Amino acid sequence: MRNILLVLALTAGHAFAADESGIRLKDGPGREIVEGNCVMCHSLDYIQMNSPFLDRKGWEAEVNKMIKTMGAPIGEEDARRIVDYLASRYGK
Amino acid sequence: MRDRRGFLRTAGGLALAGASGMLAARYALAGELGPAGLPQGTLESSRLESLPGKVPLIKKSWRPPNFETPVRYFEQAFTPNDAFFVRYHLSNIPRVDAASWRLAIAGDAVERPFELTLEQLKREFEIVELPAVCQCSGNRRGLSDPHVPGVEWGYGAMGNALWRGVRLKDVLARARVRKEALEVVFDGADSGVNTATPDFRKSIPVWKALEESTLLAFEMNAQPLPHWNGYPVRLVVAGWTATYWMKHLAAVTVQTQPLKSFWMNPAYRIPKGKFPLVDRFTTQENETSTPITEMVVNSLITNLDRGATARVNDTVEVRGIAWDGGYGIAWVEVSHDGGETWRSAELDRDLGRYAWRQWRYRFQAQMPGTYTVMARASNRVGATQSFDLIFNPAGYHNNVVQRIDVTVS
Repeated sequence: MRNILLVLALTAGHAFAADESGIRLKDGPGREIVEGNCVMCHSLDYIQMNSPFLDRKGWEAEVNKMIKTMGAPIGEEDARRIVDYLASRYGK
Repeated sequence: MRDRRGFLRTAGGLALAGASGMLAARYALAGELGPAGLPQGTLESSRLESLPGKVPLIKKSWRPPNFETPVRYFEQAFTPNDAFFVRYHLSNIPRVDAASWRLAIAGDAVERPFELTLEQLKREFEIVELPAVCQCSGNRRGLSDPHVPGVEWGYGAMGNALWRGVRLKDVLARARVRKEALEVVFDGADSGVNTATPDFRKSIPVWKALEESTLLAFEMNAQPLPHWNGYPVRLVVAGWTATYWMKHLAAVTVQTQPLKSFWMNPAYRIPKGKFPLVDRFTTQENETSTPITEMVVNSLITNLDRGATARVNDTVEVRGIAWDGGYGIAWVEVSHDGGETWRSAELDRDLGRYAWRQWRYRFQAQMPGTYTVMARASNRVGATQSFDLIFNPAGYHNNVVQRIDVTVS
């Protein structure tokens, strides 16, 4: 499922791949999980743009919205690690 | 002859002059990418980048593409198509082929559903033109205090264009709208990459759909719509925020029931009773919130940025624009002493009630010091801009009076 979505995301966004691929998130535990999941539907600059003003609760709400409302197929364990990473690297 | 106003130097001017070293140049770049009040992460990740067919705009996000117009383009009455802002919610954005494009008019509240080609749309209905401001509901969200999540726009998620198309009411008349109709729903060709993502669909009340100023537009500024602005046909809901101006329009559905969609509720809602607005969308209201409707009265200073300087005895000109939800701008007052005293700005030509109004104001910088310039627009139904942010969780309707310091030495 995830692979199919990733392929769809890459084909839909092919015109931007060169530029979008220049985005570098901060190092930290969980970065690969963030990159692997979030990039399915949107570029990673959404994370940078929304920083650093959300606290852990704020990032948790955003990740929950992506899963529950936007339908991102992210499991509980990955979701927890994504929130950890965002709160520690892009939190206030 | 020396142009006295030529002495006025914004940060951008210093950068162009090239003699001011790194500090000034970096400062200028930051100014071009948006006001200092934006989140730090927004300023750091913003770049001037070009989408195909567009001049360099302020990149907020690559995918979906969200690109903001730099303020200096608002010095023109109409915003050039290649500089017009770009805003998408979802990343799957097809290139629509005009020859095979069809618009479906249907729903349980029409008697005769039908389809239209682009040629039919242009040939079979009266063509009208309307100058109107298209402004994202979240324009200036990035200046919310405290910050709220979303696309962190500065001042440039807006533009003024001359829209050309046909009246939606004329198209709906052919389908024969039943008296039980409540809302008209619009769907565009774009969608999420994940089928579980709610499709971006929006509705407006039937009364708004039947107004003269609600158009199916196929041209802006005498050119076909750019791909990024909704080619081949987009909805124009003059006076209302751009969330309703559906791009790449594919279907129009007239319903006897309110649209249930994430994009109507909980998205794009404002708290009830907080803003002095006239238009209501009663079929979508609940106890605490209501859909955003018309734009609040607002203004923008277009020729000064932070770091602006002048010399003693210079005549400083302040230029800007003012707009509202279509009642018309009554006056713009400007202060150059931080709000102690106010004088009326000179209003330029009235391009129409839905367009923005350009204005100008001059003052003599008699003494050295800091001159804090502010502008405040009022409309013809007595609404005016706010000095203090009316906070709401989505960061909508920010019409806080700007303060820009001009240093005179």
